[in-house]
Amino acid sequence: MKVLVPVKRVLDFNLKVRVKPDGSGVDLSNLKMSINPFCEIAVEEAVRMKEGGGGHAKDAAKEVVAVSIGPEQAQETIRNALAIGADRGILVKAEGEVEPLAVAKILKGVIDAEKPDLVILGKQAIDDDNNATAQMLAALLDWPQATFASKIVLQDGKATVTREVDGGLQTIDVELPAIISTDLRLNEPRYASLPNIMKAKKKPIDVKTPADFGVDTAPRLKVVKTAEPGKRQAGIKVKSAAELVGKLKETGVL
Amino acid sequence: MAILVVAEHDNASVKDATNKVVAAAKAMGGDVDVLVAGSNAGGAAQAAAKIDGVRKVLHADGAILAKQLAEPMEVLITPLMSGYDAVLFPATTTGKNVAPRVAAKLDVMQVSNVIGVEGADTFVRPIYAGNAIITVQDSQPKKVLTVQPTAFKAVGNGGGAAVETVAAPGGSFKSAFVGEEIAKSDRPELTAAKRIVSGGRALGSSEEFHKVLDPLADKLGAAVGASRAAVDAGYAPNDYQVGQTGKVVAPELYVAIGISGAIQHLAGMKDSKVIVAINKDEDAPIFQVADYGLVADYKTAVPELMDELTKAGV
Repeated sequence: MKVLVPVKRVLDFNLKVRVKPDGSGVDLSNLKMSINPFCEIAVEEAVRMKEGGGGHAKDAAKEVVAVSIGPEQAQETIRNALAIGADRGILVKAEGEVEPLAVAKILKGVIDAEKPDLVILGKQAIDDDNNATAQMLAALLDWPQATFASKIVLQDGKATVTREVDGGLQTIDVELPAIISTDLRLNEPRYASLPNIMKAKKKPIDVKTPADFGVDTAPRLKVVKTAEPGKRQAGIKVKSAAELVGKLKETGVL
Repeated sequence: MAILVVAEHDNASVKDATNKVVAAAKAMGGDVDVLVAGSNAGGAAQAAAKIDGVRKVLHADGAILAKQLAEPMEVLITPLMSGYDAVLFPATTTGKNVAPRVAAKLDVMQVSNVIGVEGADTFVRPIYAGNAIITVQDSQPKKVLTVQPTAFKAVGNGGGAAVETVAAPGGSFKSAFVGEEIAKSDRPELTAAKRIVSGGRALGSSEEFHKVLDPLADKLGAAVGASRAAVDAGYAPNDYQVGQTGKVVAPELYVAIGISGAIQHLAGMKDSKVIVAINKDEDAPIFQVADYGLVADYKTAVPELMDELTKAGV
């Protein structure tokens, strides 16, 4: 089985987000960029399918291919996936913001060429928080989808996926090939070891462009303004539970 | 302009989130229809017909729609869109699962998690876990939106729209429902609760989490929530999680116990009307958003709070 894992380069999740004073966007200059945490979970799961582990048989996956759509530096994000254990990478070079619809169209082109049996993606990127690419890709391919996965069991040409839903957990079967998107608790990604980081430098990365797949990446949505969120005023410190209950009575919420 | 709102429902009744998404649709202007897709969902369709300002209810019924899985929902909704300019889904796990699939079929980029409507084509949404708010203009001929229900005030239930039947999709699909573990609770549902008691990692174990929070929640008639740290540590199930990647809530009263207030948690609860924080670390970020902060160990503070509530007749 071949597994394809798309990965996105985003602002490191530990860093503070700063809105540019002129409201034209979020300031990303000279800030550390990292692999999107949900994508990292997707890579880890795919690599476990290859190595065995996480309930997967060894060699359930024969090959894991990491794909990133982004600027030249997205190579680093692919190297990150290769250091976790992916076999090779594909960089589709695109500047500026690429919306999920265009990403899904490019990925469809990659999938038409690569013919993977399974595609695992992060459920959302922590920059634009869209939570859309996996579902859009499944639609374009007419493949079944299992989003927000917290457990994946592969058997007999299908994946049994436990999904985190509002009311609890839901389990569905999807016939392969299929699209799966990862939730936080699917696994805990490893730290790549130094030897594996060194090895990753030698793994091949193909470079493509959106035009190779006939995709126009011009955004459909126009961002008119980017603003700081409204600040909530800090209230007061109360000294005791009695004072707290008194205040809550006063405000009328009790 | 004609707008289709996809109802959040449990076949028997319609969830409040639907009324809130209808409010967002009304803010865009135009005729608003509601789609109820389910199995034996006549009760939900009748309930949807009572929502204020709805022109008509479309009711699709079939076993294949029982769990509103993405593929049959997409096959149902995409052709209906020939009669609509926009489709709005609640930003629930069901809505988030289906909406992008419909959008891609329509060759539309969706606007996710809308928290404000500034006109028929201009929407406000959070990015970076709510650390930035963008205003986007969507001039695509068809629009697909997911709407954050807590950001809108529910319309009432004094209407009387007609219910029209539409055919459920036929054929076979490559995904199938196997089972579910849906938490059974007498407490209110987290996203609809007027009061929420929420616990963090400081509680230290699953037993302690429930021992401390459950009685307080019962006393207040509140739902129980948790921070991501508490869920990751296994103290609470995933459906308790409040935050950027969990549930977004906006109750009248939110009581955060032993929650430090990571930005991704704040993103999920900062629109609550009154926030109370109990934490022994006086520098915890949760105090920056709390209306009332009590710097104390929950082990003593929560029993005291229980006593004071009893004294106050709660």
